[in-house]
Amino acid sequence: MNEIQEERLRQNISAAFYRHGLLCASYPVPIILFTSASILTCCYPLLKLPLPGTGPVEFTTGVRDYSTPSHESQGDLSERPDWYRGPPVAYIQQVLVKAAVSPWDNSLVPVDVFRSPLGRVFSVLEEIRNHVYTDRSLEALCLQVTDLLPGLRRMQAVLPEHGCLLVSPGNYWQNRRDLFDADPDLLKTVHQHEPKGLHTSATLKDLLFGVPGKQTGVNLYSKKRVVTYTITIALSSYDARFVASLRARLKQLHPSANCTLREDHMVHVHFKEEIGIAELIPLVTTYIILFAYIYFSTRKIDMVKSKWGLALAAVVTVLSSLLMSVGLCTLFGLTPTLNGGEIFPYLVVVIGLENVLVLTKSVVSTPVDLEVKLRIAQGLSNESWSIMKNMATELCIILIGYFTFVPAIQEFCLFAVVGLVSDFFLQMFFFTTVLSIDIRRMELADLNRRLPAEAGMPPPKPGPLRPRETPPPPRPSPHTITLQAPAFRNLRLPKRLRVVYFLARTRLAQRIIMVGTVIWIGILVYTDPAGLRTFLAAQVSEQSPLGEAGLPPHLGVAPVFPGGDPTSTLSGLPAPEPTPLPENQSQGHRAAHPEVAPVSSPQITWGPEDEELWRRLSFRHWPSLFSYYNITLAKRYISILPVIPVTLHLSPQEAIDTRHPQDTHHAPPPSIKTSDLQTDLTLYKVAALGLFAGVVLVLLLFCLYRVLCPRNYGQNGVPHGRRRRGDLPCDEYGYSPPISEISPLLLRGHSMDIECLASDGMLLASCCLVGHIRVWDAQTGDCLTVIPNNGLRRSSSSGCWEHRDGWDHISACEAESLLGADFREPGGGAVGGQDVDIFPIRRRTTPARPALFGDQPDLTPLIDTNFGLSPPSQALSSSGFDFGGLVEKAYQEHEPSPTLAFPPSPPPVLPPELPPQNNGDWDSSVWAMELRGNLIATGRSSGKLELWDAVEGSLRCSNEDGVSGITALAFLNNRIVAARLNGSLDFFTVEITKPLGLLQYRGPPGRGSLPPSPCYSSEDVISCQLTRSVQCAHQKPITVLKAAAGRVVTGSQDHTVRVYRLEDSCCLFTLQGHSGGITAIYIDQTMVLASGGQDGTICVWDVLTGSRVSHVYGHRGDVTSLVCTTSCIISSGLDDLICIWDRSTGIKLYSIQQEVGCGASLGVISESLLVTGGQGCVSFWDLNYGDLLQTVYLGQSSEGQSVRQLLVLDNAAIVCDFGSELSLVYVPSVLEKLD
Amino acid sequence: MSDSSLSGGAPMHRGPYISMITNRTMNLLIRAAMLFMVGVFLALVLNLLQVQRNVTLFPPDVISSIFSSAWWLPPCCGTAAALIGLLYPCMDRRLGEPHKLKREWSNVMRCVAVFVGINHASAKVDFVNNVQLSLTLAALSVGLWWTFDRSRSGFGLGVIIAILATLATQLLVYNGVFQYTSPDFLYIRSWLPCIFFAGVITVGNIGRQLALVNFYFQF
Repeated sequence: MNEIQEERLRQNISAAFYRHGLLCASYPVPIILFTSASILTCCYPLLKLPLPGTGPVEFTTGVRDYSTPSHESQGDLSERPDWYRGPPVAYIQQVLVKAAVSPWDNSLVPVDVFRSPLGRVFSVLEEIRNHVYTDRSLEALCLQVTDLLPGLRRMQAVLPEHGCLLVSPGNYWQNRRDLFDADPDLLKTVHQHEPKGLHTSATLKDLLFGVPGKQTGVNLYSKKRVVTYTITIALSSYDARFVASLRARLKQLHPSANCTLREDHMVHVHFKEEIGIAELIPLVTTYIILFAYIYFSTRKIDMVKSKWGLALAAVVTVLSSLLMSVGLCTLFGLTPTLNGGEIFPYLVVVIGLENVLVLTKSVVSTPVDLEVKLRIAQGLSNESWSIMKNMATELCIILIGYFTFVPAIQEFCLFAVVGLVSDFFLQMFFFTTVLSIDIRRMELADLNRRLPAEAGMPPPKPGPLRPRETPPPPRPSPHTITLQAPAFRNLRLPKRLRVVYFLARTRLAQRIIMVGTVIWIGILVYTDPAGLRTFLAAQVSEQSPLGEAGLPPHLGVAPVFPGGDPTSTLSGLPAPEPTPLPENQSQGHRAAHPEVAPVSSPQITWGPEDEELWRRLSFRHWPSLFSYYNITLAKRYISILPVIPVTLHLSPQEAIDTRHPQDTHHAPPPSIKTSDLQTDLTLYKVAALGLFAGVVLVLLLFCLYRVLCPRNYGQNGVPHGRRRRGDLPCDEYGYSPPISEISPLLLRGHSMDIECLASDGMLLASCCLVGHIRVWDAQTGDCLTVIPNNGLRRSSSSGCWEHRDGWDHISACEAESLLGADFREPGGGAVGGQDVDIFPIRRRTTPARPALFGDQPDLTPLIDTNFGLSPPSQALSSSGFDFGGLVEKAYQEHEPSPTLAFPPSPPPVLPPELPPQNNGDWDSSVWAMELRGNLIATGRSSGKLELWDAVEGSLRCSNEDGVSGITALAFLNNRIVAARLNGSLDFFTVEITKPLGLLQYRGPPGRGSLPPSPCYSSEDVISCQLTRSVQCAHQKPITVLKAAAGRVVTGSQDHTVRVYRLEDSCCLFTLQGHSGGITAIYIDQTMVLASGGQDGTICVWDVLTGSRVSHVYGHRGDVTSLVCTTSCIISSGLDDLICIWDRSTGIKLYSIQQEVGCGASLGVISESLLVTGGQGCVSFWDLNYGDLLQTVYLGQSSEGQSVRQLLVLDNAAIVCDFGSELSLVYVPSVLEKLD
Repeated sequence: MSDSSLSGGAPMHRGPYISMITNRTMNLLIRAAMLFMVGVFLALVLNLLQVQRNVTLFPPDVISSIFSSAWWLPPCCGTAAALIGLLYPCMDRRLGEPHKLKREWSNVMRCVAVFVGINHASAKVDFVNNVQLSLTLAALSVGLWWTFDRSRSGFGLGVIIAILATLATQLLVYNGVFQYTSPDFLYIRSWLPCIFFAGVITVGNIGRQLALVNFYFQF
């Protein structure tokens, strides 16, 4: 019941998704516009949110009607920010002092600019401290601070402890005038607390002066000669009348003319949570992980037109869904209290990119030949169930999280839910549409590319002989071989080069440097955007050369000098100066101003920029000041009261009086260098230094490169670049961990390319283009039998043409060397009469491979003996003498119409001149061969089926019932199935009249339940009966035929796979699902059936029910071979890619890029050992992990030859066919494993 | 290609054994080094997370204090990570059931992110009581295992190592090497085993993924 409902639900969902996909693909532009509009609408509320960041927030109120805000929020005051509750941490009252010596006098030294103005701070301080308004003193109102933090011992002398938080430049001298006067070098005192190098927070100088370092005017090259500093008072409670009276008093004492600073606004500054380095590191880590996640996810997008475009779309989908969720939440009144920056990575990870990737994969794996609309719809509906299931699961998890009732988690869950839903929406509309556009573009591009290519190559897929024709390996011309071979040889490089290669390949250094720089800048900007500027400015202004003059520290000197210094004792006294005096002085000087001004008298001006000078400070100014006393401003606020301006004018005489004796000893300033010039110079210096360092670095690297790398670095480097796992089947550096010592055994003897290979584990039969069949012992590699083909008249197989093409142009130059070649042939003389028949062919091939027989093992005696023994060859030899002429004739026949026999996809055309004429079947070539026991079954192009005795080389029986060429054979138990070119399928039964022969078995059974090979003794009379012929098994030629587990499976050009029962040749199923001809089929004892087609798809079928289990789109181009293990499917395609799929889920585990032309050869030795062929080598791979275990080179002569066929024998020897040679490779360790 | 294979028909006469050994060990060493670094890095970051829970403002020399306070902690974590990360693929090989579930780097990254998130939650989110916190974290850890591992062997190893690590921590705290602010499970916080478990799963995941990669870095 439930299942039915679930099924119905599933169907409904899938139908809905299908319709939706159609919709999206049909109207891409309106849908994208619609989604963009909805994204923008949903994000609109975000405009109201404050920008994320840690910068302080301000709120301004009037001073007059100020009252401390209450803790309860008042609903009516909507403009009030919600942090503006309760009393502030402190009220900051700043007294801004501007002081100047005026009129300026040429007799004054540069130090006078700031010595006496700074000296006046003590009197102002005294005034402030002693100010009393109706029994209220500063002591009562100010913020009392206790100890500094223990880590700040060095600041103890400077910052106040155990008392009012009142800071001024006077703190440098412990607020003592006598210390100030005794200080021989004020600048050094001020700068000695400055941190060296990089600093990102407020410095001590900023704290004490209360104005940005540049504006203090405390340096020797100040043009304006006005010193500015503040006295900062932190008040714990606000008493309006006290502050007002203090203001009035100071104004009265030091009136500032034309000062129009506004005094009616109080600014409340709210500080957000601190983000220190300590918090930043986890944050940065999470972001790094996030980016890695996005990178690795989007890297998986495959088989689309523009990878980057889709990756971007995926990221946009996720990000905008997050923004939408925040926007929607704010719209409905849920203000985010969480730190957005912190939870953001986790939100992305929760929402994830998986759905997007799954969608892409699903759409991409739909059949290519469908219309784009349908592909999108199909892809969507295929994945609909899993998408919905995932979504439901995630929602459930989040719901569980919501019921933890932890506020932070609840909020996170809320955001995540909204994010998930909006992400789903965007996936369905935005991403699907983008995907459809992309797929459409890809199809257009494919179409464009394919059209000219197909026009240029008339027979792209010669139909009937597909499986054998897979090696149209673009036979590497000698030229390319010589290019490739050195590249392989040179790869064993010295160690140092490998290090350099490694570094160069990964670009390690550059990447590290880049990442480091980016992180550093990021930290700098994030923590202190304003501070960066201040820092640079301060750094530049502090570059004064005098600051570094090696003078003794003032504290050490101070006690020594006071007695001997007349000025200090003098000026020590006037601290309690009568207040009216400065007023007069300043008044008088201001009056005197106009006359002297033209020279260069300092002007004290007050402008609106002075109103809130604290704004120019680093925004960490106040937090760091309070943090020294372990008071945090995070999530709290301070109120900054309007500044009190104080103007001080000092007479030159006063300046001279307060001089320290050492002041005049300073070298006269290198005067013309103004500070601006300084700035420029320092900047230039820094720039020049940087440039220089860069150039040196480049030169150094270049030298290193020159020394370490050879000239051909670039050539070798290219194949190395961006190497992924398993890129090269033949290990780049020449070796890899071997399973054990493996030495391949070469089997030579065929004169032409080997066409068919068959084996039953003990014996190995091979057939070459000329029709020779050789039987080898699979254990030792000895050649047991040779069955020559004497009637070579119609060697009309495709491979032969290829060769002839090659011969055409060499034959001319080889004509004169023919004779010489004859005599060099070592086997030629010994073989004798029979050998003459095949002589022409062999003669032609010998010059191409002169070293062929040089290191050959002693095979020649074997050949001799076999020829001597084999009785049937005598009978055959009679027809062979006119061979040379026949060959010539055959060539001429075929020359004009080479494509005739193999039209691309014709209705079966019989080879035009089938030989009904003479006694033998020698005029046709062997198209298929099978070996069971000691019987070799061969299917010929003439449609004849022959059975040979493998040991004796005698023809046991033949059947000529069919006329159409046999394209594939299957030999199982005592049945033979032959597939013919015309699409018919013949079932034969092999009958042995003497049943005794079946009793003895040769060798142990191989793997699993493979039936043992029966041995037919030579006395038996064997007959082969056609039991049934299925005339129209397929509409088009049968390309593949496989038999196992009592089933025969055929694949054909007509896009279908058919399953027959072996016993009664009854057709069980016709499997439809491919959209191209079938090119590969795999079936084994466990009834696993997989098929691959020309469309690049791989289908896995259930043989019992005939239903399709899974369907993946794997290759661009034909699937050339297929193998299954219990857990995975291995496929190879014309794109030279070997893909490993999970059998149950159909997920691609990984893929291995093969060399050109070697893609088709692969085999599975055991559950976890895969063997693939390469360029003159075979490679072993660990299937579970995708590791390259070992590469075995098959011999030096085979370097350029690619392995075209690969056969895995039961005793784990591997037979490879490359060119005319066979190679036996034993894998002993696998044997141990099997036992 | 090796020189020997060029000189004769039968390639690789004596080189391969040595090269195999060096290559295997090299591979192993590289993996161990990477895992070690991952462990050290995670330990530093997560330690920072734990430290900052109590302190909002730092004196300027906070960095040095963090790095000097428990210098032995990151190397310990790194070593443990290397061991666990090598143990997981090795165990997979021995048991003969390779890890199948979504073997992709993106998934590993996701796993690491979730692990950091769990730590983040344990450090930053204010729970009503410790039991709730521990339960939540336990659920999250098991969820982590279910999402990214799902192998019984992984679960078993994770539990065993988490128990061992918890024991070790108990011993360390008992001997006064360091201590937790508000212990509620003998001497330690009760969520510690969950964190250990999640960490083991994460590092095991990384180790398995690293085992898939072949390093062609040879000397």
